[in-house]
Amino acid sequence: MNIEHFVNTNLIDYTLYLADNALILGHRNSEWCGHGPVLEQDIAITNISLDLIGQARNIYQYAAKVINESSASPSYCAGDGEVTEDTLAYLRDVRQFKNCLLVEQPNGDWGKTILRQFLFSSYQFYLYGAMRSSKDETLAAIAEKSLKEVTYHLRWSSEWVIRLGDGTRESHERILNAITELWMYTGELFLPANYESRVVSAGMAGDVAQVKSRWEEKVKEIFVEATLPWPDEVFQQTGGKEGKHTEHLGYILAELQFMQRAYPGSEW
Amino acid sequence: MTTREIDKKTIYSYLEQVQDPEVPALNVIDMGIVRDVFLHDDGSLEIIITPTYSGCPAMDVISMNIRILLSTIGFKKIKITQVLSPPWTTDWMSEEGKRKLRNYGIAPPNPKQQVCSEKLFAPNEAVQCPHCDSWHTHRVSEFGSTPCKSLYVCDDCKEPFDYFKCH
Repeated sequence: MNIEHFVNTNLIDYTLYLADNALILGHRNSEWCGHGPVLEQDIAITNISLDLIGQARNIYQYAAKVINESSASPSYCAGDGEVTEDTLAYLRDVRQFKNCLLVEQPNGDWGKTILRQFLFSSYQFYLYGAMRSSKDETLAAIAEKSLKEVTYHLRWSSEWVIRLGDGTRESHERILNAITELWMYTGELFLPANYESRVVSAGMAGDVAQVKSRWEEKVKEIFVEATLPWPDEVFQQTGGKEGKHTEHLGYILAELQFMQRAYPGSEW
Repeated sequence: MTTREIDKKTIYSYLEQVQDPEVPALNVIDMGIVRDVFLHDDGSLEIIITPTYSGCPAMDVISMNIRILLSTIGFKKIKITQVLSPPWTTDWMSEEGKRKLRNYGIAPPNPKQQVCSEKLFAPNEAVQCPHCDSWHTHRVSEFGSTPCKSLYVCDDCKEPFDYFKCH
């Protein structure tokens, strides 16, 4: 294995991790379309979906370029044609997806969706913030572009966590339940996969420990404002970054990929 | 016609005919989407564009419309390149574009420094109603009919309106 191949493989895995996160959370949020608690918030959550899916496209396009130019061309897709953003999104199977477990969790009630968005947006905010100075120009550009959108997502979801936590007894109760259901998936964000550590040490992505401390600071600040306790330590679930997912991802892909699986190559 | 006979300025004036499909009052030059134009030695024409928001569905349509327009004019080799850096900002919108937006009923973006921070519960930006010019307006939602807009309502004339938010 030559050095170029080694670097490329890690970069490909890492870009897929970033893109899969954005795609899967974008898809989850899109399930709210037409079901939001009020019209304005229905529009807000679907706007966030659109931003995330747009980010996913930019990253998949880059991943596809690296894969196609790579000498080794590992099997990232079914079929032997050229790899594109579409083949990466629509033709990979569950075990090939690298997204973190947090983003694939079911929407639950509004409180759970809000908390999931907040936990993820605050992670993405510091992750992309650090990635702006990546040695990889494309990743730096994508980070800088996306950060402007993520800033809106973070502010919006932070305000909602506070509104629900410091709201009525019921809203407080619901967001507490959401913490119980989701906290076990937050540890994985800061437990780097092998490819991630290598990309970070090559200066292509931000330092994971630094992102973690900023994330914790942010979450603490918002939880205090929201009158929410800092969660007790719980066993942290991991595996998503390596393709070992909760049962939910398979169902998401069954819906997301249905058209391309049933009618390969269909366009409209 | 060969590309050598014409200059960048002419190309820009052609591109003024390409509208933003989401905000038909504006063309791609007003929006600041076109970042550069290259007339290559081999006679090909390259247009550099940048998306407003990552997920803006208008970008594909805009690329296609630019291609259709230029080939109708007679250009044979057209390349449209999308760049992400530096990221698009509402600061690039022309004054002419802002005037057109207002006339169309959409409040134009304020100077950028007012927003784009993660600071919570920031006071509403002062946005002037495009219908009655009142400054007594308030934000209904930060997210609107397209990624680039938020929803406002005028407290004087009571009309709801879109605000092209700073970015």
